[in-house]
Amino acid sequence: MRGAAQSRLPLYAFVVFTFVMCALPAEAHLNSTGMGPFYDGLIHFLMSPEDIIPVLALALLAGLRGASYGRRALFTLPVAWLLGGLAGLSAVTAAPHPFIAAAWFLLLGGLLAADAKVSLRVTTALAALLGVYHGYLNGTGMGQFETAGVALLGLVFAVFVLIAVAAAFVVRLRKQWARIAVRVAGSWIAASGLLMLGWAVRTR
Amino acid sequence: MNKPQVNSLVRAMAPAVLAFLFAQSAFAHPQKGEAVGFLTGFRHPISGLDHVLAMVAVGLWGAQLGSPAIWVLPVAFPMVMAVGGMLGLMGVPLPGIEYGIAFSAILLGAAVMFEVRPPLGAAAALVGFFAIFHGHAHGTELPPGQSALLYSMGFVIATGCLHALGIGIGTVHRWAWGQRLLRVAGGLVVMGGAFFMWKAVA
Repeated sequence: MRGAAQSRLPLYAFVVFTFVMCALPAEAHLNSTGMGPFYDGLIHFLMSPEDIIPVLALALLAGLRGASYGRRALFTLPVAWLLGGLAGLSAVTAAPHPFIAAAWFLLLGGLLAADAKVSLRVTTALAALLGVYHGYLNGTGMGQFETAGVALLGLVFAVFVLIAVAAAFVVRLRKQWARIAVRVAGSWIAASGLLMLGWAVRTR
Repeated sequence: MNKPQVNSLVRAMAPAVLAFLFAQSAFAHPQKGEAVGFLTGFRHPISGLDHVLAMVAVGLWGAQLGSPAIWVLPVAFPMVMAVGGMLGLMGVPLPGIEYGIAFSAILLGAAVMFEVRPPLGAAAALVGFFAIFHGHAHGTELPPGQSALLYSMGFVIATGCLHALGIGIGTVHRWAWGQRLLRVAGGLVVMGGAFFMWKAVA
C-alpha cells in the first residue's frame, strides 16, 4: 500500500509538468482564451478594472433607484458600448485619458455614495455616455484584429451580464444595512477616483 | 517516507495540480504593475501600526455611537483620506504629518475610552481632519511604476477593511462587559498613539 501511494507521485508530477509545458502562446493587446474571439472579448472586459468598476457603479446606482432604472441601464449601456466600439474599430488610435477615467470614478462613485435621487433621464444619459466612451476606447484597441467585431460582441455581452446581475442584486435589497453597504462601496469608488486624479496630476 | 506523509504530500499537491489545469496564457503587453499595484496599495495602510490604530479606532467609535455614525464615520474617513492622498500625490506639502497621525490615534482612542458622544457633524469633522494626515502620508510615500487604479483601490479597500474590523470588534458594545472592553481598547489606542508621538518628537 505504501509502495502504491509512493508510486503515484511521479504520475502526479508528470501531469503537473505536462500542463505547465502546454502554456498557450503569448498574444498582444487582446486576451486569448483559446475559445474564439467572442470569449476573448468577454475576458478582455473582465480583466479590465478600469472598465468594470464604472459599469458596476452605474449598475449599483440604477439598482438603488429601482427596477425601472435598472432596466433602462441594462439596455442603454450595452447598446451604447456596442455603438462606441463599432465607431472605435474604424478609428486610428485613442489613449484613455487619466483625468476622464478618474472623473467617471468620482462621478458615479459620488452619486452612489450620496444615494443621489437622479432622474431616469440622467441615468440614461450617464449610461449612454459611459458606454460610448468606453466602447470607443475598446474598439480602437481591437481594430487591428480581423475578428474584432465578434470580440466586441463578447465584450458587450459581458457588460450586459454584469449590469443585469449587479442591478438585480441591489434592486431586491430591502434591509437598511445592505443598502448602506452598497453606498459604502460607492464611497470607496469615489475615493479611488480622487487618488487616481492626484496620480494623473503627478504623472502629467 | 511513510504512508501518512505520502498522503499529506498528495493532498497538498492536489490544489497545485488543479491550479495548473487552469493556467492562463501569457500576455506580451500586460498592464504594467497591476498585481503589484493592488498589493502595494492594500499593504500600505496595514503596514504601519500608527495608521492601523487610528483606522480601527474610527470603527470602534462608530460602533459605540451607533447609527448613523457607524457608517458615516467609515465613509467620511476614506473619502477625506483620499483628498489628503491626492494632495500628497500632487506634491502639496502638509506640515506635521507624523504628529497629526500620532495625535489622531490619541484623540480617537480617547474618544473611545471615554465614550465621547459629540454631534454627528463634529465627529465626522474630527475624523475627516485627521484622515487628511493619513492620506497625505500614503500619497507622498507612493512608489513609482504602479498601476494608479489598482493601487488606489487596494489602498481604499484596506482602509475600509480596517474600519470594518473596528466595527466588528465594536459590536460587543451591546453587552456591559463589551462596553468596558471597548473602553480598555480605546485606552490601548491612546497608549499606542502616545508612543508614536514620543517617537515623532524624539
